[in-house]
Amino acid sequence: MTTREPGRPRTDRSPWNWLLVVPIVLPLLTFLFNSDEPRLLGFPLFYWLQIAFIAVGVTCTTIVYRMTK
Amino acid sequence: MNAHTTELVVFAVLFLAVSVMGFVAARWRRPENIESLHEWGLGGRSFGSWITWFLVGGDLYTAYTFVAVPALVFGAGALGFYALPYTVVVYPLVFLVLARMWSVSHVHGFVTPADFVRARFGSPTLALIIAITGLVATMPYIALQLVGIEAVLKAMGITGHLPIVIAFAILAAYTYQSGLRAPALIAFVKDALIYIVIIAAVVYIPAKLGGWGHIFDSAAAKFAKTPAPADGILLTGANQLQYVSLAFGSALALFLYPHSLTGVLASKNRNVIKRNMSALPAYSLVLGLIALLGFMAIAAGTKPIVGPGGKADSNTIVPVLFDQLFPDWFAGVAYAAIGIGALVPAAIMSIAAANLFTRNIYREYINRDATDAQEAKVSKLVSLVVKVGAVLCILLLDPQFSIDLQLIGGVIILQTLPSVALGLYTRWFHKGGLMAGWAAGLAAGLWMLYLTPNPANGKLHFGGSAFALKNLGLDTPMTIYTGFLALIVNLVVAVLGTLLFRALKVRDGEDATSRDDYFADEGDPRVKDLDLAGSH
Repeated sequence: MTTREPGRPRTDRSPWNWLLVVPIVLPLLTFLFNSDEPRLLGFPLFYWLQIAFIAVGVTCTTIVYRMTK
Repeated sequence: MNAHTTELVVFAVLFLAVSVMGFVAARWRRPENIESLHEWGLGGRSFGSWITWFLVGGDLYTAYTFVAVPALVFGAGALGFYALPYTVVVYPLVFLVLARMWSVSHVHGFVTPADFVRARFGSPTLALIIAITGLVATMPYIALQLVGIEAVLKAMGITGHLPIVIAFAILAAYTYQSGLRAPALIAFVKDALIYIVIIAAVVYIPAKLGGWGHIFDSAAAKFAKTPAPADGILLTGANQLQYVSLAFGSALALFLYPHSLTGVLASKNRNVIKRNMSALPAYSLVLGLIALLGFMAIAAGTKPIVGPGGKADSNTIVPVLFDQLFPDWFAGVAYAAIGIGALVPAAIMSIAAANLFTRNIYREYINRDATDAQEAKVSKLVSLVVKVGAVLCILLLDPQFSIDLQLIGGVIILQTLPSVALGLYTRWFHKGGLMAGWAAGLAAGLWMLYLTPNPANGKLHFGGSAFALKNLGLDTPMTIYTGFLALIVNLVVAVLGTLLFRALKVRDGEDATSRDDYFADEGDPRVKDLDLAGSH
């Protein structure tokens, strides 16, 4: 739970929030991943890179959560 | 039918086990008195990180998703994979928004998104619009859960509607009794089964089919042979914009659905929500892998079941694939995972729809002095009505009608974004501007859907959500997600309308919330005697 500092209005503003923009924008840039090669374990780039973006999303939201708790 | 006996037995046993759980759930984390919407409809607003993870995950990733997404990948290829970026984008997108929604709802005792709009913009009419939009968008979604169960039953050789009616009658009974506690408890079983089935599927099936490389190559070969230019295992120039706008638009829409918010409001504090935004993508991974079942079905030469009308039901692709490749007992487990996967969201959706009716129609227009117990009673009854309606939809109408309606539902629920999501950040909009924006967005969305044909089944109208930009006079083969364009129309009209109403000095509603409400947390004082009229 957040502890309340007297006299200072609460806010959810933080420079860390900008990190959330990364996993929002990255998966929408089709030119990054719309290709068959290079393949990874038989997966075309299109599939393995987008699956890898899940990890980017988890990392960014976890960092923002920890730093703004 | 003998060939499916083992599958049927495993399916029936698991299905009955969760039904018992649904009834027992009324005693789980038992409150002193369940007769209020905070208890029946939101599980006492007390769920911690784990329960919320299972509940929201079980709610968002529905049985219909499990059959329809791979069916789309099977039919269209890469475009169907939009479900993955969609569920990657959504959590960072709503990370801050949902925390605000939780806080203001905690302070004011809001149960539905329309409750918030009512208090924020001081307008019962705008709240009614939001509530009805939510109801219209949710109803076909419930009906589609039945389509998910039916796909499984068909694969086991069961036809006829009786099993569906029985399944929904049981579901209706325990939702009536236990409220949100029932899907919360069942979600543990549902999600565990789904994870087991999918992990087994992605290890076992590729090994049987000759590896992932071979699976993707077979899919590419199949799409190369079809006349359709837009399919394939990669995106084309014509459908990239559609892919991106569909993923982004769906992400914007997801938490505007009343049932998504129900799971969020049931959590006990802000940190539970934020922690879940980094834990829920585990389901995205599962969804990505489920989508790839569509390619596995191509490599395995799976044929969808052909219905009595001679129409192939592409939603049966995944169940048939499991039947083909898994041992019988495990196919039974997989079917149970999909079947139970339909129950959790169907229960939460019917609770959310019932709460909308109770709070924003019954309490607002029928019985202004409703007690907590009366509200709970009305919600329980309406949740039954909603389920009967869903069953009737499937029994009386072509299932295609529900699929079309759900498509429209996604487009129209997006039109609540300025009031519900932007409303959490700014009170700048005038209530009249928001209503005008909603109407314009809705009209534009329906017009675009009307213009969209589906060449695959010969329909001339409401054939999909990919709007061809050439309809607007642009010389391009590109398509874009209808909901996204409609939302832009909505926003432009809302801004212009607000400026106009301000200039004409039209009276605006009063804001019953204060700045601090949006950051309140567990343990902070609440507005005890809820005053939605904003006169405090």
